[in-house]
Amino acid sequence: MKLHLKIWRQKDASTPGKIVDYTLDGVEGDMSFLEMLDILNEELVSKGEEPVEFDHDCREGICGTCSLQINGEPHGPDRLVTTCQLHMRKFNDGDTIVIEPFRAKAFPVIKDLIVDRSAFDRIQQAGGYISVNTSGNTIDANTIPINKYDADEAMDAATCIGCGACVAACKNASAMLFTSAKVSQFALLPQGRVEAVERVQNMVRQMDLEGFGNCTNTGACEVECPKGISLTNIARMNREYLSATLKG
Amino acid sequence: MGILDSKIPSGPLADKWTKHKNDINLVNPANKRNIDVIVVGTGLAGGAAAATLAELGYNVKTFCYQDSPRRAHSIAAQGGINAAKNYQGDGDSNYRLFYDTIKGGDYRSREGNVYRLAEVSGNIIDQCVAQGVPFAREYGGMLDNRSFGGVLVSRTFYAKGQTGQQLLLGAYSAMNRQINRGKIQAYNRHEMMDLVLVDGKARGIIARDLVSGEIERHSAHAVVLATGGYGNVFFLSTNAMGSNVMAAWRAHRKGAFFANPCFTQIHPTCIPVSGDHQSKLTLMSESLRNDGRIWVPKKMEDAIAIREGRLKPTELAEEDRDYYLERRYPAFGNLVPRDVASRAAKERCDAGFGVNKTGEAVFLDFASAIERYGKEKALTSGLKNPDKATITKLGEEVVEAKYGNLFQMYEKIVDQNPYKTPMMIYPAVHYTMGGLWVDYNLQTTIPGCYAAGEANFSDHGANRLGASALMQGLADGYFVLPYTIGDYLSDDIRTGAIPTDSKEFDEAEKQVRDRMEKLMGGSGIHSVDYYHKKLGKIMWNKCGMARNEKELKEAIKEISDLRKDFWENVKIPGSIDSKNQELEKAGRVADFLELGELFAKDALHRNESCGGHFREEYQTEEGEALRDDENFKYVAAWEYKGEPKDAELHKEDLVYENIELKTRSYK
Repeated sequence: MKLHLKIWRQKDASTPGKIVDYTLDGVEGDMSFLEMLDILNEELVSKGEEPVEFDHDCREGICGTCSLQINGEPHGPDRLVTTCQLHMRKFNDGDTIVIEPFRAKAFPVIKDLIVDRSAFDRIQQAGGYISVNTSGNTIDANTIPINKYDADEAMDAATCIGCGACVAACKNASAMLFTSAKVSQFALLPQGRVEAVERVQNMVRQMDLEGFGNCTNTGACEVECPKGISLTNIARMNREYLSATLKG
Repeated sequence: MGILDSKIPSGPLADKWTKHKNDINLVNPANKRNIDVIVVGTGLAGGAAAATLAELGYNVKTFCYQDSPRRAHSIAAQGGINAAKNYQGDGDSNYRLFYDTIKGGDYRSREGNVYRLAEVSGNIIDQCVAQGVPFAREYGGMLDNRSFGGVLVSRTFYAKGQTGQQLLLGAYSAMNRQINRGKIQAYNRHEMMDLVLVDGKARGIIARDLVSGEIERHSAHAVVLATGGYGNVFFLSTNAMGSNVMAAWRAHRKGAFFANPCFTQIHPTCIPVSGDHQSKLTLMSESLRNDGRIWVPKKMEDAIAIREGRLKPTELAEEDRDYYLERRYPAFGNLVPRDVASRAAKERCDAGFGVNKTGEAVFLDFASAIERYGKEKALTSGLKNPDKATITKLGEEVVEAKYGNLFQMYEKIVDQNPYKTPMMIYPAVHYTMGGLWVDYNLQTTIPGCYAAGEANFSDHGANRLGASALMQGLADGYFVLPYTIGDYLSDDIRTGAIPTDSKEFDEAEKQVRDRMEKLMGGSGIHSVDYYHKKLGKIMWNKCGMARNEKELKEAIKEISDLRKDFWENVKIPGSIDSKNQELEKAGRVADFLELGELFAKDALHRNESCGGHFREEYQTEEGEALRDDENFKYVAAWEYKGEPKDAELHKEDLVYENIELKTRSYK
């Protein structure tokens, strides 16, 4: 199939960017979206032009590196997939595809389609851990039985890949789904309860400092999340936050 | 013994590690604050080592090419992590895990190292649970286990099909705690370009900021390389696109010996290649072999009909299917080790029984598992005489709970529903057992330069068992390296900070710049990927699942020619001093072009078949691997001497005091 691509090109963080038009022929349905961009880049390199830079690594939907706002949706039109697992069979011959970086004040553009998501790391550094030493000198793993439903729910929250689609989907560029997934994972486990009060306060504080917007419960984040992280996590974080504030 | 000293402690096997920990020198907490350690790579091994070293009190700097440590490729490990907990009461023990690993590795790993690995395996699970890693549990609240290939017990802990992700996020959270305390400085989007030696000791690295293009100098008292494997030398592999050998290869060029490069694991269950545009391959976890049965048609005409789309696999009668693993290996069946399963798939496809368009795929079928689970679920749900549709529905729900994310991934990529029709799979490059040679302390042949995780060669011999990579990465990172490195650093308590304005740093930085300018200066005909794909084809066709003398010799010549062509004709747009992904790729491919040749040289010299290294000249009448313990019971460690063809071989003889060497049999 033949595609018309409208791609955001930006030299670096300080230079203004713009949409550039490309036409690409010979795209097959079995290609992933990123493989389609590989072919475009191969053409650009052969013409001596600079290729379109985009973030990607594992190409199997788990590392969370790839991003891209495709026709206005983070990770494109398919559900429960990252861009690297989006396949071209979801598009038709002659389609026009607009490809932009994830947009958010807290995710500044580095180059072309690459954005800086280090704000997510700093939210995790503020409290996304359990303060145990890594010495292994701890109790036997089966000492504390954990209800299977709680363990499974913690696991569901923990599957967040930190890609930032939730932020890019949100009209407020809120990072509540991302932050609440980590808060929830630990809140659901007995090991995590010990520091629950400090954790939620510190992580929310950092989230606000980074310039992410507020949550107005539109639910766009849940729809676009490639891992299906549930809005319930935001409700849980709000509850945790309120109770932490009351405990003071 | 030659010049390689493995430093395995003396004494009984089970006491070696304890004795060693008691014997080595320690650094007191106050002095640790004056010692800097660089950790390159932030996957399971690097992330765990960085967190633990920082916790012990050292000043740690971490480097990764990704935008965050959480993205290291350990994250993609699916199936699980082994530990000799014996929670299932099925007779597991440290000794059994040790024995299975040595045997699975086809008797090409060190007893001392592997026993230590088994010994600390249980601690890893305790540690990860304490960190909040949400492992799968049973209804009673206890941890659940599953089985993996090459063993007869259930010792694999898992978190759905995302065990690597959960363990990595555990290590990442431990790192974050230390970053928050100011004990780790994390340099993300940075690539190590070279190792800096001062007075023969590793004292720092030259790194490139991948955003600004700036070249930076970083010094330390020791450098830990935890940079993963080199599977991408094959271009197509299950590794991440950025996975590379640069850090390890730079260290090799500075004096670190590279061990057993030809020991590469071809994983049996990956999604087959669909076309020339393919950029990477996707693994379907080995855990699927717990429940999936592997088969091809018995009759050639059926295979042809399936390939041409005239016959659906579900229409083929049971007696017309060849469950070749169950047929050839009745004791282990579908759970034979990876190398055995991969070769068996290749054998059937080469014989013409492949089931996809390219003829390079076999079926992995869940129909029997769905029926079995459905019946069981119907019973426990109190359903009497359920019909077939109900059984199938219940069974599919059980399978979904176990492998849902894998099935979803398969469907997205292949556009077929694996609940209704069998998966198609084919072997793909997955893991490299070879790597930097290290002693028992995980130190390379360069003093002060350590290698951990997949980057070293140490524990898996010629074939790694499933769910053992996560175990080794975390064992090295959390429990081995942080202690053994103290023995070396205890000499450095009075050294003080290492200056970066020395002539050694000047020289190293100049070499890095010269190399990049040379890369950019090519006449510009072909892209980096053009060369990478060509290299990959040579490697896959001539150094892949089956190798022979003639083709290996051809490979050496072809890779050497390709390397020359690359340096003359590669085309890299953009500039050195800005973000430039083509330049990043070029630096990595340049090193693969050297490693590839050494790989072939190593495969050529090893005149035996063992584990993942199968030489067609050395096989039994039934086509099984023929090992030669008399002549090849050693680690082949290569010393850099300029061109890969000139590399000098050093042998570390493997001593087996506790295990009797046997022909591996899974029949």
